[in-house]
Order: sequence, then structure tokens, then C-alpha cells
Amino acid sequence: MSAEPTLLEVEDLVVRYPIHRGLVGSATRQPRRNVHAVEGVSLSLQRGEMLALVGESGCGKTTTAQAVLRLVDPVSGSIRFDGRNLVPLGPRELRPLRRRIQVVYQDPYESLDPRFRVRTAVEEPLLIHGLGGSKADRAARVHEALSRVELSPPELFLDRYPHELSGGQRQRVAIAAALVLEPDVLVADEPVSMLDVSVRAGVLNVLDGLRRDGLAILMITHDLSTAARFAQRIAVMYLGRIVEEGSAASVVRNPQHPYTKALLSVVPRRDPRDRRRPQILQGETPDAVAIPTGCRFHPRCPIAEERCAVEDPALARPVSAEAGHQAACLLLPLQT
Amino acid sequence: MSAPLLEVADLQVWFDLEDGGELHAVQGVNVSLEPGERLGLVGESGCGKTTTALAIMGLLPPNASVSGSILLDGDDILAGGEEAMRPHRWVDIAIVFQGAMNALNPVYTIGRQIVEALELHNRANGTTARARTAELLEAVGIPAGRAQRYPHELSGGMRQRAAIAMALACNPKVLIADEPTTALDVMVQAQILELLDALCRDFGLALILVTHDLPVVAQLCNRCAVMYAGEIVERGPLEAIYHTPGHPYSRMLFAASPDLAGLDDPVYSIHGAPPRLDRPIDGCPFRPRCDSAFDACSVRPRLEQLAADHDAACHLNSGVLA
Repeated sequence: MSAEPTLLEVEDLVVRYPIHRGLVGSATRQPRRNVHAVEGVSLSLQRGEMLALVGESGCGKTTTAQAVLRLVDPVSGSIRFDGRNLVPLGPRELRPLRRRIQVVYQDPYESLDPRFRVRTAVEEPLLIHGLGGSKADRAARVHEALSRVELSPPELFLDRYPHELSGGQRQRVAIAAALVLEPDVLVADEPVSMLDVSVRAGVLNVLDGLRRDGLAILMITHDLSTAARFAQRIAVMYLGRIVEEGSAASVVRNPQHPYTKALLSVVPRRDPRDRRRPQILQGETPDAVAIPTGCRFHPRCPIAEERCAVEDPALARPVSAEAGHQAACLLLPLQT
Repeated sequence: MSAPLLEVADLQVWFDLEDGGELHAVQGVNVSLEPGERLGLVGESGCGKTTTALAIMGLLPPNASVSGSILLDGDDILAGGEEAMRPHRWVDIAIVFQGAMNALNPVYTIGRQIVEALELHNRANGTTARARTAELLEAVGIPAGRAQRYPHELSGGMRQRAAIAMALACNPKVLIADEPTTALDVMVQAQILELLDALCRDFGLALILVTHDLPVVAQLCNRCAVMYAGEIVERGPLEAIYHTPGHPYSRMLFAASPDLAGLDDPVYSIHGAPPRLDRPIDGCPFRPRCDSAFDACSVRPRLEQLAADHDAACHLNSGVLA
């Protein structure tokens, strides 16, 4: 274990969204029901590391990120950031910490105010947090943030409006507006999925550069090839749980969980000669209201046995996996 | 060789802009499709892929003007205007769009919409139409019992399947799929691609897959046409375009998609953006973004044959350097 303390440590996070029963439902005293968005997720993130949370829509990856940003309240669990648990903190105590955990969303067309020039959009977070000192100091910070996202020369972009920018440039502006606060953690929620393929790599390379400079990045994505190429570690989520976790290379080259294997098998390959039979799971991620008993993946699992419907597997290191690589499957022989 | 099923020759599309200008969206596209063939039409947004698809369907908005020819089984369906196009639209050529929600009417059940399509084209009526609808739904993997569902009651993947069932109502020979999986999750994307693959195999459907996602094309199609700035800059068998690309744009597009097989390969972006099409283009339209541009690129290159069934529009191939 490294001597440096973990920057962000999430333990046993549980987030549920109550479902409104409606007037008839409450009158007839129907049971309260919840969407079990996140059910016991633990993860950690170091400085200079990118962790990719991967999974299908509805698996809880965005809710996990929102809990880390303290935009939703967890039911239980802890989120330790730089040694401090964020969960019990109120808005006032959270405020100075929010500067240090920033977010970039999927759609740069929605996240930038069309009436703000680039200069204003990137400067605004400083004003909100009462940072940056004099006007000249703020201008210098804005300038620096734009250079860090490789919008160069920054002078060329300062006075432009979002509609005058391409999708890739807008996303860089959104990243700059997060960077200007000099955060320790950046949550990137599907940062390139709305962008044209030709510019995706540019934005991902910018994120990669920031990570090398020490930023910790939690990337939410459904694209395994991107996660495999840019993240150091991958956590695969299914129905509110992490079902496999490990170094990116290990998870991709030596997947253990049947869900990860299926996900990897359906990623299209560039080489037309490299056609393999994808292992297609039927149906879609089940409803997070009624979680299946036992292993939550068993109804779609190609190798499920009877006990999978009864026992709920925990993350553990399988025999054939390297250290730090864990999977939650009853059928995997474990390291003793 | 058999006559092509669909042959698009010198297709040009202009849009009249509100400010009085003109946008030359499609600039002389030539493309042909054999029965049962699967062609990928790829390129960035704004390269004219969707406009080409809409022109083939005769579904361009009123501010568009079109020229060239579109031969279906040898008959020009473009020259005769709407009169000539109508008998073929949805009957011989059908299209599926990216957001299936837009193709389906939210106030009718999916079953009723397919029945309506069948009745409108005099394919079937009443009970036979309902039986045929059940058949179509089963063919795309929707249990026939769900015919009574409204579009909002279905998931994204199921809606896309319903849109495909509706497109197949009249047994078309050609199916155009415009970014059919872009809004979908990976596993659902794989299900839809498997369905398209099975439909082509079982019904002999010819497919034009319009997408910016090259790996999807690499897995599903046998031929590919790469569009840039309103024209086709390379076309040929996918294997040839991937392994021996004849145009730097094709090579750079492949290099921009990360791949599980090459975890340590660098991923490159293509700097800049495609040129605006509302003004004339000087020289090769890709020149400002190309990593191998040289003097000759000040003249716009034309498609030239590199091998049997493999053409590219790039001066690097024309022996100028040799």
C-alpha cells in the first residue's frame, strides 16, 4: 500500500429514491417502494488516477457520482474525501469542499449558458466561490484554465459564445470552468458520448493530461473501449452494485464476472476481420425497484446455477485474477 | 455481375438558406447497392450522410433542390419527382431513424401504427393486417402481445425494434438505417445489430447503415463509403479500407476510435472541423486537417480506382509522388 492517504474513499454507499404512491396508493396504505439505485458501493480514488465506472443505463453509475458530489443524499454509507466524511455535513460545511470536487457533464450544449461568453462562463465559478482576487488575477486564472484544456491561444476563444464553438471546444470550455477552481477530484459523466468521433480523442487526451498532472478523475461511461484505453482502473456496475473491479488492463484482458465478459464481447472491434460471436444478453437491465434475490445478475446470467438465486455474492479475488482484481460471482473459485 | 438494385449517380443536393445563400450539402455522390448487400455510409456530422439517405427516400424538406439520378431496378425514381417516388417509398425502400420516438406516433399503439401502414399501402386489411402485424413484431423480437402497447410504454430498444417492424411492413428491398443504435446502451445496441444482421440474412434485405461509428460498420457491413464535405472520398470493401486505406480521412477516422484489441495504441483526434458547405471549396476539402497534404492538394482530387471495387479521392494515390 502506498503511504499517501486515499483522496476519495466511498464505503457501503446506499442511495434509494422513494416512489410516490399517489393519492390512491397512500389511501389504500400500499407499501412504500423505493428505486434501489445504489446498494452498497465501495470505491477509492487516488491522486493522478482515473477510475472508470462502467455499466448500462440504470445501473447506478450516475447516482454514485451524484452522491460523491453530494447532490443526492445517501441512505447510508460514508464518502471520505481527504480524510473527512462528507455524508453528515450540512450545506455550509460542504461549501468550501465543493470547490475541490468538480463535475463535467455529458452535453456541452446544455451545460454552457448560451448568453455567456467563454470568458464569463469560465470566470463565473470563481465569483460564486469568492475566489480569484482582483479582476486581473481572475483573468489570469481563466487564461490558464483555457490553456490547460488546450484551447490555444486562449485570446482567440475568450470573447466567443458557445454557438460559435464546435462540440469538442464547448466540452473543453466546460472542463476549463471546472478546472479554474483547482479541484482535486473531477467527476466526468459521459464526457465524450455526445461528441463526434473525430474530436473525442482530443477531449480524452486533455483529461489524460490533467490526470498525469495529479488530478483524480471519476469517469462515468458506458463505452468500455474508452475506459480500457484511458482509465487506470475499471469498476463494472450492475443494478446498483460493483460486480467487478480491478486495473483496466486486467479487467479487459482477463474478465472474471460473466456480466463483464458479456459486456466486453459486444464491444464492436475496428478490424473487420476481428469478428467474433458476441455474447448477447437478452432483455434490458431489470427494474431497480424489484431487485432479484440472490445474485442480482442471475436472471440474465448465461451460467447461473440454482444457488445463484439464493446467495448474494460479495466482491472477492478469484484464483485466476491478479492482486487488486475482484469480482462478485459465486461460481468463481476464490484465492485462499 | 448482376445489375445493381439501387444506383445513385451524381447526386447533388442544395439547401436554400434564409439569408439567401445556398448550402451544397451533397456534391456528386455515386453509390450502388447490390441485392442483399450491406453498405456503411460513414463520416462526421455535417458530411451529407443523412441528406444522401433522405434524398434516396425522397424525404428532403421543401427548401432542398436535388439533381442527379437514383435508379431503382433500372428505373429513375428521382427524375419523375414526387409522383415517381411515392410508389416506391416505404414499399421498396424504407428508413429507420436514430430516435425511434420521433418515428412513432405517441397517441397510437404500435400495433395500430403498423396496421395503418399495411392498409395505407393496400398490403392487407382487417384481420389479415393484424395477423401480419403480429408476424412483423415477432420477426423483430417483440412478443405479439405487446402490439397494444403505446410507444412510451416501451424501452428505447423495443421502440427501435417497433420502428424497424414498421419499416419492414411492405417487404422493402432496401432498408436505410440512420444511426439506428446511437442513442442506445451497448448491450441493446448489440441486440439491434444482431437483429439487422438476421433480417438481412433471412429476408435478403439490402442495408445502408448511416453512422459515424466505424467499429459498428466494421462488424455489420461488407462495403463502406466514407463521406467528407458532401462527397464520397473513399469506397470499397471494409477490409480494404481498414487495412489499406486509400484516403487519409478514412485512416484517421479509424485511428480516432479506441479499440479493445489495441489497449496501448495512441488514440488520435482529427483537429479542426469539416468545411462549411455554404461557400465554394478550394482544392481538396480535407487538406486543412490532413496530416499528409502536399502541393497537389490545391486541386480537388476525384475518385480514382485503386483496385477492383476500391476507389479513393486523394492525390497521394495518383502517382504524382512516385
